[in-house]
Amino acid sequence: MQAERDAAAGGPEAAGTTGHQAAPPAGPGPSRPASLGAAAGQLLRRSARWEAGLLVLVIAIAVFGGSTSSEFLTGSNFFNIGLGSGEIAIMALPMTLIIISGEIDLSVASILGMSSALLGVLWSKGWPMLAIFAVLVLLGIAAGLINGLLVTRVGLPSLAVTIGTLALFRGIALITIGANTVSNFPAVYTNMGVEPIPHTELSYSAGIFIVLAVIFGVVLHGTPFGRSIFAMGASQDAALFAGIRVKRIKTLLYVISGVTCALAGALWTFRLDTAVQNNGLGLELDVVAIALLAGVSIFGGKGSIIGVVLAVLAFAGLQNALLLTNFNQEATGIVIGGLLLASVFVPNAVSFSTRVRESLGRRRRRAVPAAIGAGRE
Amino acid sequence: MSATLAERRGPAAQPPDPGSRRLTERVFRVRESGILAVLVVFAAITTAIQPRFLDSQNIQFVLINTTVFALLALGETMVVVSRNVDLSIGSVLGLSAYLSTRLFSQVHGIPIPAVFAVGLAIGLACGVANGLMVSLGRVPSLVVTLATLYIIRGIDILIVGGNEVVAQSLPNAFANIPQDTVLGIPDLAIVIAAIVALGAYYMRSFRSGRELYAIGSNPDAARLAGIPVGKRIFTAFAISGALAGLAGVLWAAEYQTIDSTAGTGYELLVVSAVVVGGVAIFGGSGTAVGAAIGALLLSTINSALNVLGIAPFWDQAIAGFLLLLAITLDRVISLRLAAALRLRSAHRAG
Repeated sequence: MQAERDAAAGGPEAAGTTGHQAAPPAGPGPSRPASLGAAAGQLLRRSARWEAGLLVLVIAIAVFGGSTSSEFLTGSNFFNIGLGSGEIAIMALPMTLIIISGEIDLSVASILGMSSALLGVLWSKGWPMLAIFAVLVLLGIAAGLINGLLVTRVGLPSLAVTIGTLALFRGIALITIGANTVSNFPAVYTNMGVEPIPHTELSYSAGIFIVLAVIFGVVLHGTPFGRSIFAMGASQDAALFAGIRVKRIKTLLYVISGVTCALAGALWTFRLDTAVQNNGLGLELDVVAIALLAGVSIFGGKGSIIGVVLAVLAFAGLQNALLLTNFNQEATGIVIGGLLLASVFVPNAVSFSTRVRESLGRRRRRAVPAAIGAGRE
Repeated sequence: MSATLAERRGPAAQPPDPGSRRLTERVFRVRESGILAVLVVFAAITTAIQPRFLDSQNIQFVLINTTVFALLALGETMVVVSRNVDLSIGSVLGLSAYLSTRLFSQVHGIPIPAVFAVGLAIGLACGVANGLMVSLGRVPSLVVTLATLYIIRGIDILIVGGNEVVAQSLPNAFANIPQDTVLGIPDLAIVIAAIVALGAYYMRSFRSGRELYAIGSNPDAARLAGIPVGKRIFTAFAISGALAGLAGVLWAAEYQTIDSTAGTGYELLVVSAVVVGGVAIFGGSGTAVGAAIGALLLSTINSALNVLGIAPFWDQAIAGFLLLLAITLDRVISLRLAAALRLRSAHRAG
């Protein structure tokens, strides 16, 4: 039973290499009561440092963009940045909560696609838009329940479950709309894709992201519900024994993710004025990349919404800056990937270089006690 | 404590030892035989509806379709068994497919084996990079290979740009590789089956292969037991990369038009095939043969829908549903197995 719970608790952690070592002190390592306060303090400092680093990165990108293109720091370009990454940013919020809780959701982009396809089909059948929105919310709830119940009640690893639903939901989008394309949505809605919110330079999707970020931030950092998400991510067993309804909360997180992604699907559809089966194909990896760049630990238990907001700015700003400098847009993945690597290597730089030297040097003479020490770190 | 527990459970554990052992043995075999049964039943139903499904031509088509996935699945199995994951294989495949086959027009008269060697080397280089970062950096492989997925694809796009390798530039001997058959079975399928068998034998019977399972079951315990964890994980990633490179060349021979999108999204398909084939996503169990059967099942479904005239739109939904079904069944079975083993040990202790 214990082993099963461990396996269920494993979440993305187990997908990592070597268990806890890469996780900061907040992980379920051998923390003693005496050092708890110190550990918490260290965690706070460390995460604050992370966000400070991100802020520096965002500023650096702004300087880089501004110096290479006179267009970059203009209001209309700010609108473009918000428009281009709005949906991804919105989906990154529930993803953050899920990863902090120790799970992952790779089906987000497929939920977006499924929602977009359904929106298109229902609209072409003459449904009123408000009724369609209601259906999309229900669709998001259903998708989230499938993910959540399979993960929590059946006890399957979320990585495998959501790879399955990634295919399943995208498949349903395909079945729903086939090879058709639906466009000509009412101008009231498609205008949201081409015009900023009146009197601002914000796209509607960026505006929605800001509102949602505030809500998610307050919930995650300011409520017992939010604290319990951190608790179950740090140690599912401890959270369970502390009386936290781990399964219920995780299911709820998946439902929140489902609904948010379904609504992002509507935004995406209106922005492009197109409902096709491959809307948002492959976005899940972008969303995960943003969350990881934000300093959210893939092992769970660590992360912040401020980090996500900064990571979104960095991600969107960088893509836009590279676009303006005529860098092959598709190849911006090199830079995004590089940032991702930096985000895992920089915090571990010291121990990493030690290990490199160790493995280059006295590889053969490594005694057992040394191995134990290395495991603990 | 455990003694009293065992005593309390003692009376309940009435079934004699041999019986429960037979049960557990049967369940142990289920991992591959279950998926094989699904494959047979699926093929039988499809054939009953549309006999054309068992045409030698269609069988060849399915086998050829499977070869690339089976190769990728073999490498992914080694990585997943060690409780890691390699998401970069789709990008590696794309890079290798383009760079290796471009040689046909760059180097006049280059021998085909040399092209395969180049593809293998490109994949190996990518795998080594992944392996070094994961084993020395001790950072989660999910993050590292997600990053290299982007980076390698980006490099591919920078190199390829808007170009593509077209079928005309490929020599006939190369383009015909998927078509050559022995007794109605594609040569290629035989070679790939041999490679998979070799990989499965390595994982089953070699010490370093077994150690991958130990690492996947419990990395900390494996380290304490003196297993060179970093080295083994490095090897798994290097092999996975090399096989993805090789698969890239085969992919090129099959599709014959190679642009910068080759292999996009394959990583999740392959992970699906591996998991459907009974490899636990969190490591420690599963075989390369199971993964290959998983790959075969996915392309069989693909072809069956095609033959039955069902719109290809259903492909993905069914593949996804099947994956969920497979892992749910596996979970239920392993719970039963755990219960059976507990009963058995309780019986012995009592």
